[in-house]
Amino acid sequence: MSLDTSPRIADPDALFALLVEAHRGLDEAESRRLDARLVLILANQLGDMAVLRAAIALARDAASRGETG
Amino acid sequence: MGSGEGSAFPGLDAPRLRAFICRMAFTAPRYAAPSPPPGPERRGVVVVGGGLVGLTLALDLAQRGVAVTLLDDDDTVSTGSRAICFAKRTLEIYGRLGLGPRMLAKGVTWRKGRVFHGAHEAYAFDLLPEEGHEYPAFINLQQYYAEAWLVEACAAAGVDLRWRHKVSAVHPQAAGVELAITTQGGDYALHADWLLACDGARSFVRESLNLPFTGQVFRDRFLIADVVIKGDVAFPTERWFWFDPPFHPGQSVLLHKQPDNVWRIDFQLGWDADPEVERQPDRVIPRVQAMLGPDLPFDLEWVSVYTFRCRRLEKFRHGRVIFAGDSAHQVSPFGARGGNGGVQDADNLAWKLAAVLNGTAPESLLDSYDAERIAAADENILHSTRSTDFITPKGKAAQAYRDAVLDLAAQHPFARSLVNSGRLSRPAILAGSPLNGPDAGQGGAVPGSPLPDAPLRRDGQPDWLLRQAKGQEMLLVCAPPGPPPLPGLPTLFLSPEEAPHAAHDHAGLARLRLGLPPGGAALVRPDQHVAARFAWPDPVAIQAARARLWGRA
Repeated sequence: MSLDTSPRIADPDALFALLVEAHRGLDEAESRRLDARLVLILANQLGDMAVLRAAIALARDAASRGETG
Repeated sequence: MGSGEGSAFPGLDAPRLRAFICRMAFTAPRYAAPSPPPGPERRGVVVVGGGLVGLTLALDLAQRGVAVTLLDDDDTVSTGSRAICFAKRTLEIYGRLGLGPRMLAKGVTWRKGRVFHGAHEAYAFDLLPEEGHEYPAFINLQQYYAEAWLVEACAAAGVDLRWRHKVSAVHPQAAGVELAITTQGGDYALHADWLLACDGARSFVRESLNLPFTGQVFRDRFLIADVVIKGDVAFPTERWFWFDPPFHPGQSVLLHKQPDNVWRIDFQLGWDADPEVERQPDRVIPRVQAMLGPDLPFDLEWVSVYTFRCRRLEKFRHGRVIFAGDSAHQVSPFGARGGNGGVQDADNLAWKLAAVLNGTAPESLLDSYDAERIAAADENILHSTRSTDFITPKGKAAQAYRDAVLDLAAQHPFARSLVNSGRLSRPAILAGSPLNGPDAGQGGAVPGSPLPDAPLRRDGQPDWLLRQAKGQEMLLVCAPPGPPPLPGLPTLFLSPEEAPHAAHDHAGLARLRLGLPPGGAALVRPDQHVAARFAWPDPVAIQAARARLWGRA
């Protein structure tokens, strides 16, 4: 399996709202920990180191392009 | 044994610590310092450092018939418990050297561990869920016991033990090393054909040769307290590790039981802690009381504050100077990889050097020590670094992931596997070794693995597979006894049925763990590692594997 970046979420607005809602009422540290738990749970669900590596690289790459662009 | 001490604890200030040693079931021996020789001397093999690794190496060499001189700048064993966790493979090595049963009898056997997060248990593990091994996953034993017994065994094996003979200069030559030795009775020059530097993390030999010792320093401090508890304690004989416990908030704590009712407690202090202040009894006692409760009487036996590093030499062999143990590589204490790694260095080096000295192998065989033990050191450093990064997260993101793992671990098995409170020492699999031969096995012990143990019967009596590998090269054949495939090669038949002149593999575990088909064979190295596996004992193939094993191919 390789990293699939085509649109796969049926209701993207609902996903975004779900993520934001999950953080409601949390301070910065609690939010960070929630995200960390979420990443771990999703990473385990995915269970593929190669795809995870590609996803991490993509996330880092997007951040650096965000800064310069 | 100053020079050979496991200097993972450089905070040690011996005189001050001895002052508040309250009770010791163990009395440290004092060894006599021999007078210096009247003039310059020549010796074949000189070991520098009478700590765990130097003594083990000297004993192994002496039992192989090599004359060994051992120099140490002190006249006693280690102060404090130091390397307490003796792993199964280390015990098997000491079994071969004759000290295993004594260590097992005195040591505290454990195989289970628990990890707590806050006030709750996050995770429990069992290191040896399998039966049919002579030695357990771990015992806890103070390093000073092991050293004292090693000294006795070295003396009995004829090792020339020179206490308070301090190396003060090292000059490598093409065919040996010129040493200057300082003693209270005067100085002398000593030529060593081979110098084995087992003089610890602050190795004088390494510094004399100006060899870079590079790696990573961890910005954290830990307090070790060995406490003698005088009442009944509720802690079972298990390794207990706390992240952020109520009695030491925000930091980690590790608890181990040792013989003589000594408990080892490691408190994480953080980088800002002042080591001078933190090792004072009036600081240590409240920390221990917060953990054990105010009413449980205890004495402090040893206290040390330490930081640690993960680093190694680029090469362990430098011509006629060979490094082993902490002088060659250093790891954090989490995972018990320092002492156990060093003992495996000795196990790996002794037979090779003995073979070179008696002409069985070319000098180039010693290069395989580098190849095999550098790979093992890197594995230990990798695990140790990862454990330390989990225990001491670098930055807020790492902290968040660490805490997230612990949040999930209590309920979810996938997160338990991510909890890293120390990946406990496992023997190195020398998979890429140049000494490995062909592999016709399936599963089980691939070439480069330590020979697995298994229960056997010999002449109707219970016995163990590893006990049959006494330090010589040997062939194991999974078949009823027959003529040996190669004259001169010690051969043991692991017979599925009881038979004379064979070991009875009554449970079939020896063949299973060796990963061999019926009739298959394994060539075993002098250090009890599998060198090659054969579908049948083909003399031509075995002879080729032997040539490779002894560095002649």
